[in-house]
Amino acid sequence: MTRFVLGRIGFYTLIAVLLAFFTIPLLWLVTAPFTSDPTYEVKVPDFTLDNFRAVAEHPYALPSLYNSLVLSVGTAVLVVILAALAAYALSRVRLPGRDALLYALLLLSSIITGTAAMVPLFQLAVELNLIDSQLGLILILTGGLLPAAIFMLKDFMDSTPKSYEESARVFGATPLQIVRHVVVPLVRPGLATVGVWAVANVWGNFLMPYLLLSDVEKQPAAVITYTLYTEGGQANLSMLSTFGLLYSIPVVLMYLFVSKKYGFRFHGGIKR
Amino acid sequence: MALATSPPEATKEGTGAAAPSRYSSDAAGLGRLRAGVFVAPALLLVAAFLVFPALWVLYLALTNYRLTGAAAAEPQFVGLANLIDAAANPEFWSSTWLTVEFVLGSAVIGQVGLGFSIAWLLRDRRGPLKRLVEGLVILAWILPGAIVSFLWVALLDRDGGTLNALLGIEGFAWLLDHPMLSIIVFNTWRGTAFSMMLYGAALGNVPPSHLESARLAGASGWQQLRDVVFPHIRGHVLTNLLLISLWTFNDFTPFLLTAGGPDGKSEVLAVHVYKVALQSGELGYGAAVSAIILLINLVVAVFYLRLLRSRK
Repeated sequence: MTRFVLGRIGFYTLIAVLLAFFTIPLLWLVTAPFTSDPTYEVKVPDFTLDNFRAVAEHPYALPSLYNSLVLSVGTAVLVVILAALAAYALSRVRLPGRDALLYALLLLSSIITGTAAMVPLFQLAVELNLIDSQLGLILILTGGLLPAAIFMLKDFMDSTPKSYEESARVFGATPLQIVRHVVVPLVRPGLATVGVWAVANVWGNFLMPYLLLSDVEKQPAAVITYTLYTEGGQANLSMLSTFGLLYSIPVVLMYLFVSKKYGFRFHGGIKR
Repeated sequence: MALATSPPEATKEGTGAAAPSRYSSDAAGLGRLRAGVFVAPALLLVAAFLVFPALWVLYLALTNYRLTGAAAAEPQFVGLANLIDAAANPEFWSSTWLTVEFVLGSAVIGQVGLGFSIAWLLRDRRGPLKRLVEGLVILAWILPGAIVSFLWVALLDRDGGTLNALLGIEGFAWLLDHPMLSIIVFNTWRGTAFSMMLYGAALGNVPPSHLESARLAGASGWQQLRDVVFPHIRGHVLTNLLLISLWTFNDFTPFLLTAGGPDGKSEVLAVHVYKVALQSGELGYGAAVSAIILLINLVVAVFYLRLLRSRK
């Protein structure tokens, strides 16, 4: 009996420590935006909305969120379309060297990381005049995400029945029509997963935009956040905390949406 | 950039479904030519922005390319000089050593240890407590890197930081006096979610009857863990170790917390490359270090893919 009680006490102590470890760093993000003149200290907020007004008036804050949106949605759309086409072809047609190609793709996507490729990518962007080009950055990010996306989508394509496609073909549909009207609806959950995964990836990406976009008007929220706390001496905490909260909310909403709809389990990785 | 991480369950599902397609025909009548056209745009982008940079980094590593100055206009082939420079450069070795500390401390010990502990503690639980703990751990993982880094800057601040207030040691400069410890604990906090979810799924696969008979035979908690649970999840442990080591090794986020400082005391290799190549402009030397990173990644990834294949 004492053993049982001790076990319970131990269990809840551990859980309490864990909860504290994971909660304490986040407290500041939810209190400071609603506090007037916040410091680093976590205080009970006085529920002011002045900080939000300051963010709205900042010349780069809201535009940078828009830039993040452009970059992440642009990349996600491109990744989903190109990966779906490629995955469909690779799933249905036995192209020569297909298995080797898939293996190579998987290998490449895991070894060529931003860290390993930052020097040549920077140079490539300089040579191709892609510095300060959002489209250029979208293409570069798309290239990086495609292998994993193709891999995930091929899994989805492989597990859809082919009979629908066969009957559509009997009725004289062209391959592109079949893909658009038969295959896409069938693998929609897969497309959505890959789309959300790509958006989340780009939304949080710091290194690539930091390297390739020097024009402050084009920089996404990740880079602006870093600028806000490193440049100009004293960091503007009311600005930073409020902006940080606005920048974080979409990620949390996306997570809630995905975990509600599909259950937040593994479909390939959901990380950088 | 991106990593394909199929943990064992997902892979098994995938292969199970993939097996019949291997023998099936081209249902939509695509044909090889059109299939090629479908694949081409994706491969083109991958070739231009993933394969080409990787090959170019190998070439750059053999030149004395610089960001500015004479060597920027006409880079010269210098052979292995950059690699020899790196081997003779104490900063390179100190970065390498710090990277080993970072990977061992935050990935292998921190994330695996904490992730497994949480999964083990919550294995038989359902309901709000489990959802709360898991939700918070996952939150730390999904929030943007720039934000969580600043949250930790705020937490560890010397004067007003919450940690010092809680411990009652005002004026203790964590990021200046213990930069490595700071980024290791930070990265453990940041990345535990992946290991927790992986082990959560793995522990679900351990047959309860085996645990039950071990308990009846009088095995202690630790013995059950070692003799019943571990043999079942060995594959997951290896997968988990390889993936998070790879990610942590390539993680650039420490830069957001300490920028490699003070005095390079937290300058892991990812930050080292950035500093020498893009801040000091020594692209050739930076590329040589990148090439070394690439090779280490290659070894880990090949090992990982072997493992996945052998399980199929």
